[in-house]
Amino acid sequence: MTFILIFISAVFVNNIVLSQFLGICPFLGVSKKIETALGMSGAVAFVMTIATIITYIVQKAILEPFDITFLQTITFILIIAALVQMVEIVIKKISPALYQALGVFLPLITTNCAILGVAILVTQKDMNLLESVIYAISTAIGFGLALILFAGIREQLSMTKLPKGMEGTAIALVTAGLLAMAFMGFTGIVK
Amino acid sequence: MSRKSNLKIFLNGIIKENPIFVLVLGICPTLATTSSAINGMSMGLATTFVLLGSNVVVSLLKNLIPDKVRIPAFVVVIATFVTVVEMVMEAYVPALFESLGIFIPLIVVNCIVLGRAEAFASKNNLGKSALDGLGMGLGFTFALTLLGIIREFLGTGKAFGITLFNEEYGMLLFVLAPGAFIALGYLIAVMNKLQRK
Amino acid sequence: MQSNFKNMVFSLSLIAVFAAVTLASVYALTKEPISASKQAKQQNAIREVLPLFEYLDEAERVGVSSGDTLLVYRAYGKDEKFVGAAVETVSHTGYSGDIRLMVGFDTEGVIVNYSVLEQRETPGLGTKMVDWFKTETKNQNILGKNPSKDKFAVKKDGGDIDAITAATISSRAFLEAVQNAYFAYSNNKDAVSGATTVVTSGTAENQTSDKR
Repeated sequence: MTFILIFISAVFVNNIVLSQFLGICPFLGVSKKIETALGMSGAVAFVMTIATIITYIVQKAILEPFDITFLQTITFILIIAALVQMVEIVIKKISPALYQALGVFLPLITTNCAILGVAILVTQKDMNLLESVIYAISTAIGFGLALILFAGIREQLSMTKLPKGMEGTAIALVTAGLLAMAFMGFTGIVK
Repeated sequence: MSRKSNLKIFLNGIIKENPIFVLVLGICPTLATTSSAINGMSMGLATTFVLLGSNVVVSLLKNLIPDKVRIPAFVVVIATFVTVVEMVMEAYVPALFESLGIFIPLIVVNCIVLGRAEAFASKNNLGKSALDGLGMGLGFTFALTLLGIIREFLGTGKAFGITLFNEEYGMLLFVLAPGAFIALGYLIAVMNKLQRK
Repeated sequence: MQSNFKNMVFSLSLIAVFAAVTLASVYALTKEPISASKQAKQQNAIREVLPLFEYLDEAERVGVSSGDTLLVYRAYGKDEKFVGAAVETVSHTGYSGDIRLMVGFDTEGVIVNYSVLEQRETPGLGTKMVDWFKTETKNQNILGKNPSKDKFAVKKDGGDIDAITAATISSRAFLEAVQNAYFAYSNNKDAVSGATTVVTSGTAENQTSDKR
């Protein structure tokens, strides 16, 4: 039951992009086409899940026993950066098809604050390993949902005539605001 | 190197290449921490410190770091400064530290910081890099403070905690998530309009 | 600079060592102030929620039904009179993140004051809990009420307390934390006063006669 709650909460109620403000750079950057949005979501889901597992283990096995949690930020970002590189190399070797789909997005992921954000959040929320994994996957799904919805809207938006100043980022942000408002409707589903 | 060009580097970050209004980098902390003017400004200043520090160190080390490992090296430098900010804030301004929460460690992944280290500090001398870091940081702070004032004013009728009109008439939406997106969207539109003139 | 294996390893290690040294020294420098500011915050909260007292007992741990262990600080005035207790309590059912409160009770279990230690509720809605339940309008004030006599639940759930406008979830969580605090307070009080009557009869009477 808690797993379902974590899932619904992370996907809809506390959507990572629209209510927690994490991962907005890729949200604005790669949301011009649904196709690229799908690719990015896949890559984020993949890296986020693995990164959360590894940082969780490092936190519990190294940082906490030795009482050096003040090194959390520096450790986590290095793990994520190294992980992204490794994932890129491994995917390239194992599955060229998957690399074709996700490859271009991988380098962008290191600076996606959602990855580091989730890794830190699960340690703050005192989740256990299984909960953390579920949380990471659900968050990634929430990210994907927001990104793909937004890409769909932006595809339509690109055909609309706009005042000069509103073009590009400005209208994208206002649209995102309206989407966030829609997501506020989910408030209260999970108590 | 003339004084004029130094001024230009400094002003570049504040106006011409303002990280938020023009480059649109580092949006996550911009939206998340501007629910009040004071929070926005503190976040901006914390980021300025990291930018200044990392730019200075990167420009000092630029000849010592082999090209292929420069990004990891920069990341270590940046993460060090961020952790220093984190600990100092926790020690001396605990209330602020709590209200900014997770967004302080997340300065590490703020694209502006790594972006300036890579695009400017790794190619320029110490003085210029410091000026660039300071200018970009203050530009970021300016944007965050402005957005913070707008949101706090529209949402609760206050600015920096001083009541300007009765809170009852505030549009709560602007303090919440959707208001952040919308307020920044319109702010960028206005800046676009001003820049074009 | 040329990239070969040796100088890559060397320069990265050098930077890492420098980073480690810097961080370790800053950590050593800020360790004291950090723990001092945390201590001060807790002490101030206790002072804020209790009537004047001379000294505190060591915190006692009391388990409550939500599975948490709450800290109860018993406060004594002059002549070792029991004047009340502050309880550090928590609720996990808030809108986002935990809500931590310090709630002060007098000798009768009446709420003297409360202080919000930690909350991440929605700004402008749930965050109003900081003053909401202290404000003397309609039925929102909980100060001076006794959780064993008044029904500590929001109106929507059939209780006596007005919820924060548009923030029922946060209000429920807040009241749950207060109820937990009361539970811990009364359990602890029973346990302690039961013990003291056996050892030194009479002190229990003195305690109850002192009403500040």
